[in-house]
Amino acid sequence: MGKRGRNLHRDIILKFNFDSVRFMEYFFELLLGGLTRGSIYALIALGYTMVYGIIELINFAHGEIYMIGAFTALIVASLLTIYGFHGVSILILASVAAVIYSSAYGFTIEKIAYKPLRRAPRLSPLISAIGMSIFLQNYVRLAQTSDFLPFPSLIPEFGFMRDYEHIFSSAELVIFIAAALIMAMLTFLVKLTRMGMAMRASAQDRKMAMLSGVDVDRVISVTFITGSALAAVGGVLIASHIGQINFSIGFIAGIKAFTAAVLGGIGSIPGAVLGGFFLGWAESFATGYVSSDYEDVFAFALLVLILIFKPEGLIGRSKANKV
Amino acid sequence: MINFSDIKKSLLISVWFMFLTFPIMVIRVNPIDKIVEWRWLNMILVGAASFIASFAWKHYFDKKEKGKSVKTFLKSGHTVFINNIADKKRFRLSFAFILFASAIIFPFIFSAYQVNIITTALVYVVLGLGLNIVVGIAGLLDLGYVAFYAVGAYSYGLLNHHFGLGFWAVLPAGALIAALFGILLGFPVLRLRGDYLAIVTLGFGEIIRITLENWNEFSSGPSGIANIQRPSLFGLELSLQSAAVYIYFLMIALTLFTVFVVKRLQNSRIGRAWLALREDETACEAMGINKTKTKLSAFALGATWAGMMGVMFAAKTTFINPASFTFHESAMILSIVVLGGMGSVSGVTAAAFVLILLPEYLRAFSDFRMLFFGAILVIMMIFRPQGLVSGARRAYRFNKADDKI
Amino acid sequence: MDNLLSVNGLIMDFGGLRALEDLDLHVKKGEILALIGPNGAGKTTFFNCLTGIYRPAAGDICLTTPGGSMSIAGLPPHVITKKGIARTFQNIRLFPNMTVIENVMAGRHCRTNTGIAGAIFRGRAAVKEELEVVERSYEIIKKAGLARYVNELAKNLPYGEQRRLEIARALATEPLLLLLDEPAAGLNSRETKELDMLISEIRDLYKISILLIEHDMKLVMSISDRVAVMDYGKKIAEGRPDEISRNSTVIKAYLGEEFVA
Repeated sequence: MGKRGRNLHRDIILKFNFDSVRFMEYFFELLLGGLTRGSIYALIALGYTMVYGIIELINFAHGEIYMIGAFTALIVASLLTIYGFHGVSILILASVAAVIYSSAYGFTIEKIAYKPLRRAPRLSPLISAIGMSIFLQNYVRLAQTSDFLPFPSLIPEFGFMRDYEHIFSSAELVIFIAAALIMAMLTFLVKLTRMGMAMRASAQDRKMAMLSGVDVDRVISVTFITGSALAAVGGVLIASHIGQINFSIGFIAGIKAFTAAVLGGIGSIPGAVLGGFFLGWAESFATGYVSSDYEDVFAFALLVLILIFKPEGLIGRSKANKV
Repeated sequence: MINFSDIKKSLLISVWFMFLTFPIMVIRVNPIDKIVEWRWLNMILVGAASFIASFAWKHYFDKKEKGKSVKTFLKSGHTVFINNIADKKRFRLSFAFILFASAIIFPFIFSAYQVNIITTALVYVVLGLGLNIVVGIAGLLDLGYVAFYAVGAYSYGLLNHHFGLGFWAVLPAGALIAALFGILLGFPVLRLRGDYLAIVTLGFGEIIRITLENWNEFSSGPSGIANIQRPSLFGLELSLQSAAVYIYFLMIALTLFTVFVVKRLQNSRIGRAWLALREDETACEAMGINKTKTKLSAFALGATWAGMMGVMFAAKTTFINPASFTFHESAMILSIVVLGGMGSVSGVTAAAFVLILLPEYLRAFSDFRMLFFGAILVIMMIFRPQGLVSGARRAYRFNKADDKI
Repeated sequence: MDNLLSVNGLIMDFGGLRALEDLDLHVKKGEILALIGPNGAGKTTFFNCLTGIYRPAAGDICLTTPGGSMSIAGLPPHVITKKGIARTFQNIRLFPNMTVIENVMAGRHCRTNTGIAGAIFRGRAAVKEELEVVERSYEIIKKAGLARYVNELAKNLPYGEQRRLEIARALATEPLLLLLDEPAAGLNSRETKELDMLISEIRDLYKISILLIEHDMKLVMSISDRVAVMDYGKKIAEGRPDEISRNSTVIKAYLGEEFVA
């Protein structure tokens, strides 16, 4: 499925312009494809938005966390396959390993590259983050490989989906449901737990939260861990859907997820989700109906436009600067 | 000094890093042949390295905590030496003379291959100095600097290919076109806050690269433009060997020109406005400095140098394609500026040489070069944000007796 | 005496909050006017409107320069500075990594015009201008009593000296009206006395008007020709210092209802 399937459909549309059934099917394929893409973007965007909300840093290395999640899952899945595991058990174990490792990386990166720079000028942690991103990419490139590696399709095909597989695959269904569940859990964490309250307090005013007894260092760590775990899930899901990964997948995915976070108003959790879906659909329809050559240009252009004209996001409000 | 709990802590940290790097560094699976490769040596290396690093880390932050001036700690050893000798005027003069003399002799002693490498390093010196205006002096983090480099290179490539224009005609034209691009891109983005500016410039850089890759009719896509003319000497066609030497001297001249211009700009009304802008935007405006104009001038001037070097690059390699203008190139130039010390001309020059020549001459390094560039950005930000060589830029010093500037 | 600055019906809103309500204020040529009021009365907001950092919702700000009167409401900050209003900030905003003289030289920016070409080629005009900038800046630094710090980085100056440097930098822009936002905040009594002298000297020497926000009543009473009092975004009183210290509305605003005799 995927790109080739979509192109096939486009050819069909070109040939039979009046075939309205095909046309509707294609439309739905794009709609649901956009939904899947969007939920992955949303998962990654949440990490950007949560970190930005608390320490006002664009965590440039977040895309690499996602990549490392996918790589860990690939390594674990391949190992398990060789040792004779099957089906869903591989998916679960690989995902768990990915989540653990991505969180550990997120936690460590914050401690090394960002924590010493809390009081530095604003651009210092950003430069450090860019350095971290480049470092991690090349670390994986050198320790593993620079080639694209095939990623096993870990998600099973469901019998009841058989008739719809060409429009909306089982994998896409799983991605969407998993993403929705995780986002619901995150909402619960942020809205109803003590930790969530501490997070929200730190996002509002870090100094004040510290004075009222919130352990801000811990909150920041938890934020990084949570965000990284979400990215890892996104990484495993999309990798098993697309079927291949390499060390550089984090860069573009990271930029796109960041775009989603800005679209929804950076710092806002529901905003990141909405922004993710918006970007997913926008991309899906643009590549489906216009051209797929400029797929990435489209995302970058959207990013540039939104930052220039509405940096507070589509649903956000602007803040006055303090003097 | 070293007590038991420190050792325990460092041990824990090294265990943590061994755990962290375990799947990526130790295991390598070939899923097709179903072979697993276990690289336990890597694990031991990671463990040992992180054990030592954690000691150094702790030592540094303890010192910082104790209120002992970090400066004295860092300035111990050779950096002090460098600073001291750099201050002595006579030494500086003779040093400059020796440098200049060896630069002149160099191409007549070494092979064309060596000359080419030095030329490349010089290109990065100039790129570093150009980006230094934008990032180091004016404080605008431009992550799409390579876009202007690409604009310069394609200006020459296309103008040469379609209209047969020569190097000397396009050198100023390419610089001008790049400056124009700088102004066009700069106008909308320069009112953005620092970190958003960084991301938008990154976006622009990628847009330009991907467009070059896909717009076949314009730029012949990923295959690029080949057979670009080398610069000619008064209409003479040069042999490969002498062309390399010729370009080398051109680059020396261009580098000197750049150093001269950047130094003069730095110590001027404009330079002060850039610095003030980096220090405090609001106060800067309250001093009657036009923020937009000042930012735009820094951005455009930075772009000018990138454009010029783009033309140079195209002329030197005679072949260009979009793959030469990725984000990694921008990151590399940024590393040069960061390592050299933001705002310091001599620091940036030295950093460019170190970062370009080291991976060239130590072949074992070349694979690790991007890894190093990334690490440099992180380490410099944490330990020495002011750069390696000189502590601070040479500030304007008022001297009552001295009436000349 | 004529008015240098007249503000009429100035209104400023933040979201739903009205920070300045129908504010009128006039600054005469050559006077020192103190603006006092409880915290949150809108004094700094008023400064930010005057200097163009905020754009007022309504009202007029009129500045009389030698070239004639003009409205400056809503102009960008750097234009307003060029027209002749300079300021200092409540929480000192120097250029910390530039030297003292560089800070003051940056203040000369809007009175000079060497461009990029001038900077590179250093023609006769550029050199002359640069020499003038240095000369003028050093003069001002001497006047502010900072001569011995001239090559020091601004961030290494003692706190009191940083406040003086901020005033020196503002003076370098050749203002007609100097706005000082709590210049004595954080100073000890000796430093405050020195500041008192510096401000009067500046007024007499440069023949400019000074509008200052201050909480130190001793300083306010000794230095100012007139005092205006703000509370909740409105001007509640205006007059000579001795009048103000007896004004019952002012006492009520500062101390509460029960203290009014």
